[in-house]
Amino acid sequence: MKVLCNGEAQEIAPGTRVADYLIQLGLDASSVVVECDGKILTREEYGSHALQDGSVLELIRFVGGG
Amino acid sequence: MLRVNENEVPFHAGITLADLVRAQGGDLDILLVNGYPATLQTALSDGDQCWLWKRGKAPSAEEMQHLLYARHSPGVQARLQERVVGIMGLGGLGSLVAIALARMGIGSLLLADYDVVEPTNLNRQQYFVDQIGQKKTAALRDILQRVNPHVTVTVIDRRLAEDDIGVLFKDVQVLVECFDDPAMKAAGLRAALHHLPGVFYVCASGLAGYGENNAIRTRRLYPRIYLVGDEVSAAAPGEGLMAARVGIAAHHQANQVVRLLLGAENEAG
Repeated sequence: MKVLCNGEAQEIAPGTRVADYLIQLGLDASSVVVECDGKILTREEYGSHALQDGSVLELIRFVGGG
Repeated sequence: MLRVNENEVPFHAGITLADLVRAQGGDLDILLVNGYPATLQTALSDGDQCWLWKRGKAPSAEEMQHLLYARHSPGVQARLQERVVGIMGLGGLGSLVAIALARMGIGSLLLADYDVVEPTNLNRQQYFVDQIGQKKTAALRDILQRVNPHVTVTVIDRRLAEDDIGVLFKDVQVLVECFDDPAMKAAGLRAALHHLPGVFYVCASGLAGYGENNAIRTRRLYPRIYLVGDEVSAAAPGEGLMAARVGIAAHHQANQVVRLLLGAENEAG
């Protein structure tokens, strides 16, 4: 199935959860804010929220330093 | 009518700063008109705001407050003075954002950090050698007091968590995220989006090293949420945090705060 992530179409396996998808992208889930289909996910939802065919994701990734 | 050192003086055609200086007993050598340096020969217009001062003379507390802002555009000060800004994290970004906001006369600052000043902070953070070992909240409060005693400073001296950001900062107009840890940066943004619906939020990501100046930018993420940084330069072995680039990002953040407080940003961002 396909999702749209930060404007780019991506092919992913059915049933992929947000946390799994972030690992596939090589991202550390703790430093990413996830908007899925217009809703900002809580940190707890990363492990439970399964992506759907056609889901629209916006990922805001933070890097360290302040 | 003219305003001269906050007092009203009648205007008449042809009046110059020299006339005003003479009326004050002469011997005044710092001259400002509408926030801009002027000379004795400067001709004045009705409604001008003038500041006349003797270089090196110590002002009273009230005079100090007026003089501090005499170089701002007229009217800006009254609007900034009523505002409350929160800052999360008082490192390289937060210490500099706080000082800039204090110099500009933001009325109240709510500052949060759990850490103490370390020698390794001094390459970019605004603390002094004699403050090593002090709590950053106390050390920064002392610095701000010396910069502008008219700013009300409140401190939160503990480690913040995602759940309490929405409670602690619910009464600020703008919250500035200056954390070092990327997990807290993400937590702060989630907290702002979920729990601070009426608060502007200015966060930062990507400011390490000595990369290009202009790669640091301010981008609107959501209608009231802004992100400053190049979004890629992580603090890491081989790419440390350095005063100049951290300073660019911090001043992006501070200027964004002022723009938001003065209504310079519209919905289109």
